[in-house]
Amino acid sequence: MSGSTLGLRGGTAPPPSRNAAAAVDPQIDRIVRTPEFQQLVAERTRFGWVLTILMLVVYFGFIGLIAFDKSLLAVKVGGGTASLGLFMGVFVILFAFALTGIYVARANTRFDALSDALKRSVGR
Amino acid sequence: MNRILLGLTLATITACAAFAAGPDLGAVTQSATNWPAIGMFLFFVVLTLGITYKAAKGTKSAADFYAAGGGISAGTNALAIAGDYMSAASFLGISGLVYTSGFDGLIYSTGFLVGWPIVLFLIAERLRNLGKFTFADVASFRLDQTSIRIISAVGTLVVVAFYLIAQMVGAGKLIQLLFGLPYLYAVIIVGVLMIVYVAFGGMKATTWVQVIKACLLLGGATFMAGAVLLKYGFNPETLFSASVQVHPKGDAIMAPGGLVSNPIEAISLGVGLMFGTAGLPHILMRFFTVSDAQAARKSVFYATGLIGYFYILTFIIGFGGIALLMSDPSYFKLGAAGTFDKLKDMIGGTNMVAVNLANAVGGPYFLGFISAVAFATILAVVAGLTLAGASAVSHDLYAQVIARGRTTEKHEVNLSKLSAVVIGIVAIYLGYVFENQNVAFMVGLAFAVAASCNFPVLAMSILWRGTTTWGALAGGLVGLISAVGMVVLSKAVWVVTFGNAAAIFPYDNPALFSMPLAFVTIWAVSSLDNSRRAQRERAAFEAQFVRSETGIGASGAHAH
Repeated sequence: MSGSTLGLRGGTAPPPSRNAAAAVDPQIDRIVRTPEFQQLVAERTRFGWVLTILMLVVYFGFIGLIAFDKSLLAVKVGGGTASLGLFMGVFVILFAFALTGIYVARANTRFDALSDALKRSVGR
Repeated sequence: MNRILLGLTLATITACAAFAAGPDLGAVTQSATNWPAIGMFLFFVVLTLGITYKAAKGTKSAADFYAAGGGISAGTNALAIAGDYMSAASFLGISGLVYTSGFDGLIYSTGFLVGWPIVLFLIAERLRNLGKFTFADVASFRLDQTSIRIISAVGTLVVVAFYLIAQMVGAGKLIQLLFGLPYLYAVIIVGVLMIVYVAFGGMKATTWVQVIKACLLLGGATFMAGAVLLKYGFNPETLFSASVQVHPKGDAIMAPGGLVSNPIEAISLGVGLMFGTAGLPHILMRFFTVSDAQAARKSVFYATGLIGYFYILTFIIGFGGIALLMSDPSYFKLGAAGTFDKLKDMIGGTNMVAVNLANAVGGPYFLGFISAVAFATILAVVAGLTLAGASAVSHDLYAQVIARGRTTEKHEVNLSKLSAVVIGIVAIYLGYVFENQNVAFMVGLAFAVAASCNFPVLAMSILWRGTTTWGALAGGLVGLISAVGMVVLSKAVWVVTFGNAAAIFPYDNPALFSMPLAFVTIWAVSSLDNSRRAQRERAAFEAQFVRSETGIGASGAHAH
């Protein structure tokens, strides 16, 4: 069964260590060296961190404005009652949702395709 | 008729809550028994007990008990995540905060939401690929089982304890106000029901309780916000200008007010809310209930949408409260000559804005419905917390630390059920003891501990090759102790509870200091650790890395 050759968990570990990853598996080296794996990890890691940093910048930018420039956020938009701060707050909420959507769209197409290619190339 | 009923329901309330950001309902006295609300709540209880009975019959293995057999769909899991996350504190507390301060309510709404993208980008899929039932499974994947399970379980139990106390006290006060039942009855009802859900139905029952509650809460809040907007021709601008005209603070409610007076405080609060979300054990557990990483990823996406939508609704509800309730004396305790303070004299306190608004837009039966939903909300949140706590005791502490892996699945699940009963009884007792204490800081503290202990240990063990057992253990301990210590030395505990003259730690929110301290400790101790075990742990990273990134070797949806 292919499941047991790649299974990292289970009874293969020596008794003193109950670590799941303690079993040395020659498959691991083979997977790590495949170009598909390296590309998947590089792309996804970079994408994840870029989006994380975007979220941090937008959220802490918002908090920073609240802390340091309250008058800017009180500015009225289009001569109405609603303030710039209100639009920014709602924007932060929509931005967070949009970022998760962007990640999922990319993961569903690009990352899953790379992942499938990797599984094919290591024989699963 | 409507007014008379509300009058009867709320007339006996004499004390009123001073608003504190969070679930604190302040001192309240019992109101007259509210039969429509109790009737609707009983219907919810019967329905969820029926589901629990069905779930109990289908719960056989440990995977069924802890992770609902891994068979929950992404959409269902998203509703359950939203159900776990949308507490009564955020529904009543944030709409009350918007009512008193306008814009400032939005600061909490955004803070509670922005942790979710972080969960998705860094944690969710890797967690699903590596784990089994608890986040300790993941953190201890290549590290020493005993040490890492202990620190993870302690982090879990501390978060669960503070969160539970806040919820139990909030439940007792809310039920007193809404249903007219004595405080202790309410706490016992909540405790007993959560024991039944968790001990008999495990994760399956808990998940469905969350889903039903999420649908009820989202439906009720949608109706309320829709009714408010309908009155203003679906033009928020009209709602805002009507609000500014009646609010005592006038136009100031559209701009940042006094909530964030100190930049450090604001950023520290933000750090705690953002990264705390990624370390809440009952939320992290939900990623093991879906079949694979794809489903975990989708459930975060949908859940972020549902939770963001909910926070926008609470904002509209808060403004609806300003525009529709402030000029109506029947919602206030009137002083001499019929005068009242719009911000302080609301019947039941400003946390009752959403409840009073329900009466204003939907009459007494809708008031009963929203009251029942608020109770159901607390029930669902405590059930999720109890399951997370019970799993930490049975799966992490008992099975791996005490029995050292030599136990049967059946035995472990039975112990988990027993733990749920014990946690329920302890929660009832703590709810009773803390009745008249200030518990407003406790949810904040739960988030701070989650951000300073659970999140650093989890993130570093997954993401950084160099992490060793000593590093994770020391960092987790430093984060836990510093977060709790800083809160104890802050104004909320040191001055308000212990009665000292001045606070030793100047800020209310510790996460800005305690979380980096935990990360730096993990890095420093791991770097200095050159033991043979540390070398072995670093070497084992490769295998963990492959599995976390690809899911190759991950356990399937069902136990074999």
